[in-house]
Parts: sequence; C-alpha cells; structure tokens
Amino acid sequence: MTNSFGEFENAKLFFLTGTNMTEAHPVASYFVKQAVKKGAILIVADPRKHDLAKKADIFAQIKVGTDVAFLNGIMYVLIEEDLYDKAYVQANCTNFEEMKASILHYPPERAAEISGVAVETIRKIAHTLASVKPGMLCYTLGLTEHTCGVNNVMSVANLQMLLGNVGVENGGVNPLRGQNNVQGACDMGALPGTFVGYQSVANPESIAKFAQAWGMGPAGTSPYSLNPKIGITMPEMLAGLPDRKIRGFFIVGENLANSEPNIAHVEHQLSSAEFLVVCDIFPTETTRFAHVILPSAAWSESEGTYTNSERRVSRVRKIKQAPGLAMPGWWIAKEIARRMGREWESNSAQEIWDNEVSKLGPAYAGIKYARLENDGLQWPCTTLDPQGASYLGTKFLHKGGKFARGQGLFKGIEWTPPAEVEDKEYPFVLSTGRRLYHYHTRTQTGRSGLDQMLSEETADISQADASCLGIAAGEYIQVSSRRGSVRVKARITDQVPQGLVWMAFHFRESNANWLTNNVFDPLTKTAEYKACAVKIEKI
Amino acid sequence: MSNTIIIDGQEIAFDLPGKSGNKTVLQIARENGFYIPTLCYHQRTGPASMCRVCVVEVEGMRALQTSCSLVPANGMKVHTATPRVLDARKVVVNLLLANGNHECLSCEVNGDCELQDAAYHLGIETPTFLIKETQPRDNSAAFILYDPGKCIQCGRCVAGCNDQVVNEVLDFGYRGDKTKVICDNDLPMGLSSCVQCGECVQLCPVGALIDKKGMGIARRWETRKVRTTCPYCGVGCQLELHVKGEQIIRVTGVEGAKPNDGHLCVKGRYGYDFIYSKDRLTSPLIREGDGFREASWDEALTLIATKFKQIKDESGADALAGVSCSRSINEDSYYMQRLYREVLGTNNIDNCARV
Repeated sequence: MTNSFGEFENAKLFFLTGTNMTEAHPVASYFVKQAVKKGAILIVADPRKHDLAKKADIFAQIKVGTDVAFLNGIMYVLIEEDLYDKAYVQANCTNFEEMKASILHYPPERAAEISGVAVETIRKIAHTLASVKPGMLCYTLGLTEHTCGVNNVMSVANLQMLLGNVGVENGGVNPLRGQNNVQGACDMGALPGTFVGYQSVANPESIAKFAQAWGMGPAGTSPYSLNPKIGITMPEMLAGLPDRKIRGFFIVGENLANSEPNIAHVEHQLSSAEFLVVCDIFPTETTRFAHVILPSAAWSESEGTYTNSERRVSRVRKIKQAPGLAMPGWWIAKEIARRMGREWESNSAQEIWDNEVSKLGPAYAGIKYARLENDGLQWPCTTLDPQGASYLGTKFLHKGGKFARGQGLFKGIEWTPPAEVEDKEYPFVLSTGRRLYHYHTRTQTGRSGLDQMLSEETADISQADASCLGIAAGEYIQVSSRRGSVRVKARITDQVPQGLVWMAFHFRESNANWLTNNVFDPLTKTAEYKACAVKIEKI
Repeated sequence: MSNTIIIDGQEIAFDLPGKSGNKTVLQIARENGFYIPTLCYHQRTGPASMCRVCVVEVEGMRALQTSCSLVPANGMKVHTATPRVLDARKVVVNLLLANGNHECLSCEVNGDCELQDAAYHLGIETPTFLIKETQPRDNSAAFILYDPGKCIQCGRCVAGCNDQVVNEVLDFGYRGDKTKVICDNDLPMGLSSCVQCGECVQLCPVGALIDKKGMGIARRWETRKVRTTCPYCGVGCQLELHVKGEQIIRVTGVEGAKPNDGHLCVKGRYGYDFIYSKDRLTSPLIREGDGFREASWDEALTLIATKFKQIKDESGADALAGVSCSRSINEDSYYMQRLYREVLGTNNIDNCARV
C-alpha cells in the first residue's frame, strides 16, 4: 500500500475495486464502514454485490475480467471533460499522451458495452472522483488474479495519478495483501529477481554488495558465486518438474496441491518431481508428494517479525515450544547451508534482522528489534538518526508526487478478455476467492473450530439461474470446467449476478481449483483464478 | 492561553474543545490519576451517559454531572469523591448488582470486571437489594456465550457492533425492565447474522459476553499478556495473547494499537488453537516405499544437502528451485533466499505472492 490503514478513518472517498474486505480483510472493512458512517463517499466496482457494495454510494457491477475497459472509460470522461488534475500530471508524471491515445479507444459507450456498467454510472463515477479529493483506491486479488493482472494494476495507477491522488494523505494506490507476511516475503528477497529490499539480482553493484556481505569473495575466487540470471517463478518451477528442468524443489509452508489452479495438473507436476522437500507445520495434500518432510515451528513458536500491507514491520512473539523436533525455518535454511559448506553467523531472528536485513536493505536501515516494541515501524525507515526524515517510518509513499523512479509513468493499456470465456458448452463464468470463516486451504482454521461457522464449500449462484435450472438452495449440484468437476452444495445469493458462479478453495473435495484455469499473467505469472468457464448440472 | 480546571483541589491545564483537546472531564481526570469508575463509557465507543456511575459534583451546577460527557470550562471546579457523589454511585452500582445474577465466584471475568471494581472502590460488600430471578444463557453461538443475567445494559456492545465494526447485529430490544440486548430480531446468537468477531466481548465491562474457548481453564490473574501479530491476513492486527503456561486462554485486540485499534475478526480472535493440534508434524520424515519413516534432523538435512549438491553438479544450479513461505516470519524468508542465492547459486526462489 502506498498509504496506511490509519488514514481510512479520515478518508473522504474510497474507490474499492476487486476487494471484498468484509470477508478477506475484515478489520480494514470496519474502518471503511466507520468512515462511510461519518460521511465518506464509497464507490465499489466488483462482479459481486458483496456487503460493502450494498453500502456503496455508487456500485458498478462489472463483468468479470473487464476492469481495464471500465477504468479506461472513467479516464476517458476525466480527459474528455477536462476534469483531471492537469497541474499534478504536468509536474509529476510522464507519458500522458501515449496513455491518452489508448484511453481514447474507450468512450463510455464502449466501456459500458464491455463491462456491463451503464454509461451514466461510468460518468457519475468519473464526476465523483474528480469532485471529491483525495480518494483512496484499494484493490485486492480481484484485480491481480487475471491474465491481464498487471494491466489492471497499471490502470488503477493511471487513474490515481490522473486524479493527483498519489503522494497525498488519504489517497494512494492500496493493494491489501492477502497473507500475513506476503509483503515481508517479497521485501526479504524471496522473489526471483530481487535481493532483500528490491535490489536487482542482475545489477553488478548489488551482486558485489551481497557477495561481500555474505563473505563470498570476488567472483571466481571461491566455488560460490552469485548468479546474475533472474530466476523463475513458482508456476514455472512446477512446470519444470515433469521434464526434469527442475530436479530439486523445496516448498516451505505452501499447500500447492490445493491452492494452485487446475489441481489435477498440479498434482501431476508434483508427483513427477525427482526430489521434493516440503517443510510445513501439518501433513497436507502437498506433503503426500514429498521425498523429505521437515517439521516447522508455527506462529507463536518462534520470535520474529511480519510486515503487513501498509509496510509496517511488527514483532511476532514466542509463547510456547514447538512440538517434538519442529524447528524455525531460518534454522533449517542455516543447517542446510552449513552442510553445503557455508557457515552463517546470525543465530536468531533478531540477529538476522539487526545484523543482515537492516544492514543490507536500505529501506530497513532504521529498523532494529529494539525499536519494534509497540506499533512497529513502516518502511522506508532509512536512518537511526532521530533527526532523519524517515526515522519514525513512512506513513505514505511518493510524498508531493515524487516517485521512486522520478516521474510517475503513465501506460497506455488495452483491454484483453480472460483466456477462457463462457460459451455454449460452458455457459457460466466461475470466479473464486475467500470466505470470512476460513483461510486458504484450511490447514489452520480447519483445526481451530471455525468449521462450526462454515463446514463445507458452496457454489454461489443467482436466484435467476437457480430458478432456470430448477436448483433449490442447499441442493448438491455438479460444477464442471474443461479441467475438472466437483459436487458441491448450491447457495443462492443476491451477491452473485446471473451467469456467474462463485466459489472458494477452502475445502478439498469441492475445491474451486479442480476447475480453475492454469493460465497466467505473462509478467507476474499470477494465475487467472478469477475467470474461467463452467457448466452447472443437477445431480 | 492555557485553561485550567480544578479537580479535587488540583489545578490542571487543558486545551479548549475544538483545539487539540476535545477531552472530557473524565479523560482529563483519568490522565491525571483520579479514579472515576465508568461502565458505559469506553475510549472507543465514547460517552453514552447511561450508567451514571461516573458522576461528579461541579461547583455552581445543581445536579451531579456525568463526567464522561462533561465538557471542561476554564476555572471549573470538580469534586470526584464527595459523600454526595459516592452515595449516588453506590445507589447506581447497587441497583445494577440487584438487577442480575452477579455471583463473582464462578464468573469468568472475576478479577477483571469493571462492575466488581466499582463495587470494591465504593466499599459495597453485600448488595443492598434483592437479586432478581435469573435469565437463561444463550449458548447457541460457536465462540461467544451471552449471559443476560450479568448484563448491566451499558450499551458498549451495541455501540461496538453498530458503530465500530458496523456489523449491525446487536441492539436493545423490548422496553422498561424487559429491556435486553438482542441479536437481529431477538434470535439466538448462533442463528442470527452475527459473524462472531467478538468485538462485543472485548468491550463488555462485565461477564455478560464471554469467549467460550477460554471458559473454565484459567482465572484472569493466572494469565500473562503477550503482544504479537495476527497470523491470518495482511492487515497485521496487533493481538494480546492471554497465556497460562503454554496455553492461549483467549485473544484480545490491543487497544490503541496500529493498525487495528483493538478490533479483530473471527479468525484473529478465535482461530488460534491450530498450533496445539495433534496433527502437527513433529519429526523429519523420509519417504520409504509408499510411506514415510521418522528420521533425525541430521539424517534428513544431510540427505537434502547431498541431493542438492549432486543435482547442482550434474545439471547446474538452475535445476534447483524453492518457494519460501509468506505465512512465516521475515527472517525465515531472508535465510531461505540467502540459501538459494549464496549456497545453491540460483535465483530460482519465490514465495506464494501469487495466490
């Protein structure tokens, strides 16, 4: 997030797109609802009329996978009617003309035709965004889990820059991160292209810096050297298993056999692995394929830190011993390194942070464990000097329209449909996500009593479709795609429009991922969980 | 120009409302160490002026004033503990005690109850009035027990549900002495639209709303509080774990903390016992035939190191790949990427950012 949760309270306007905070980020939704009670304007764009959509001043029920066209339509109105922030754009942004050329392909009439949102609604959203400033834009996986995920994100960035809403308090582009420490895992360099702190693995200066920090000596002087070739992403790793391009695969804490799209395909990939190591806190559907399983310490069993969506580094504390022989993940990595000839000095989470992360990642230079009592710190926090500008952390990024790369870069974006759209044989669109009472594949919530609140998956469908097909609420139905088929209970709800089926992936048997399409955004390799074609049959 | 208020003879400077202040007499008094009991007032739900246990005497004002809603004025003279004030509070607390089933011996919040505290400070040893008949408990919900017999109708839960988490389930129902807190149109909580976020439990000053998971396993004074971060979504709520030995008894949101200011959801508040599950992996396991056999760390790690080295020698470092965990701590991910880059020699390291 460019901005912070603390700003929700005083926000004047929210534009929420592809985010169902009520279920996926409940506490964030409380702050939105509190602000709306105090008079903040709420605009929601989503294929489902979820709880926040019901509270919205303007709700745009867009068709799945049409975000770019819809957003371009809004920007068309802003440009056509001269409602955008010209001073901000001129001073802080670049490439406006190229973007404008693309946007001119999307007059509201065309945007309406593609997205299913009425022309008047598109105009009204544009007018409201232009008249109430600043506005906070928030999104979640509804934007990113598409083959055009990157384009969707670029489009909301275009919109917020066009409105002059980036670099101001109560504004910004705010992706709510799904997992407790997905922000942190990325920050720490668990990505194929960057060391800790987003320093490129292909940059010779970074390579030299890390080689020295890790005591590897100049290239060629030891058998260990840093590889300048950018690595591959997780879906590419899985794809490399059957033909042995990837021969050794180490999965920590992920239940890929349930969470990746097209389970049958993923299980084929995992089962063909030559040497698979899985480290987890429970046996899962994924550990079945392992050659070695390692027991890990869980939350509350080791000291450490998480970094939340708003870049806040907070402490996690140990209150109990891990069961049996289970050990923290950092210890496991250190012990493998030792057995491969590398001794690492840091021997606790605090030593790792204070002596390595904080020294090697400039954004964390001012963050030390001693400073993380109470509310933690939001990076960038680049200095330990109390007089330094970011000593107390950074509440919002790009202050005054000053972007990390210099000027904010507009991008002309063209809309592309999902890889698989509905047709005669598979006439429904399936979209997926999370429900309030469970987390991902239920390894944690399924063992904490939350099954009492929700004990099985449902396929959420509209009353209109249920009536058409003669399906009663609670009846078991068959939902099938080109990849698989599940038997699942029908849930009839006014959240879902006609033509849409909505499911989650919390339960094994009726997991939406038996159906989802294993196609990916070309840049980020994020799968298109949000759109594929299915059919529904009575059993 | 600073303004002063005189509380029990002590001069205290304060900011006029509308400037940095907007503080009530109650807040100023508490910040300066004066004890004034409150039952309906909570820092998050604000003044309700319902329970009247926070009354004070103000010179020049005829009636006793509820300090939670009293706006300070320059030169105001406030008395927090005159006989008149204490008598009024005693009547209030006695009536509340009479109006329900407040037996402390078996109450979950014994030792952590604001009504009990008020009675203690007012020297009420035995309630003055007769106890009314008890009302049945509502045990229908998964995680929250509602005991209307202990409810003092302070309204915090109603304010929390409607104005804080804005789930709009709880309200006052019925009239007069039949008044009670209800879910939806007086449905049992477990059948209502309540999502069990537990906000009401955290705000309840007495034992009327209770976390069921912690019942009967620890008195309040037996637990220690440990601040930590929630293991679920990316909001990063700050939790207070109430721990006895190695057992979490209950979880509350840290009041005043960023980012959640005391709020939690159903997963953060009640989704913690997976760490105690009997299903936990407790030993390294090595595949043997169709199953697995237990192994020592040394054997398992040596096998991994040997195999990784062999693959690297035969096929190059890029034949190795790893996925770090975006649920576990930063330090785990840092060491994991270091292992791949420094030791194995590949950038084939990723995390589950794409789910």
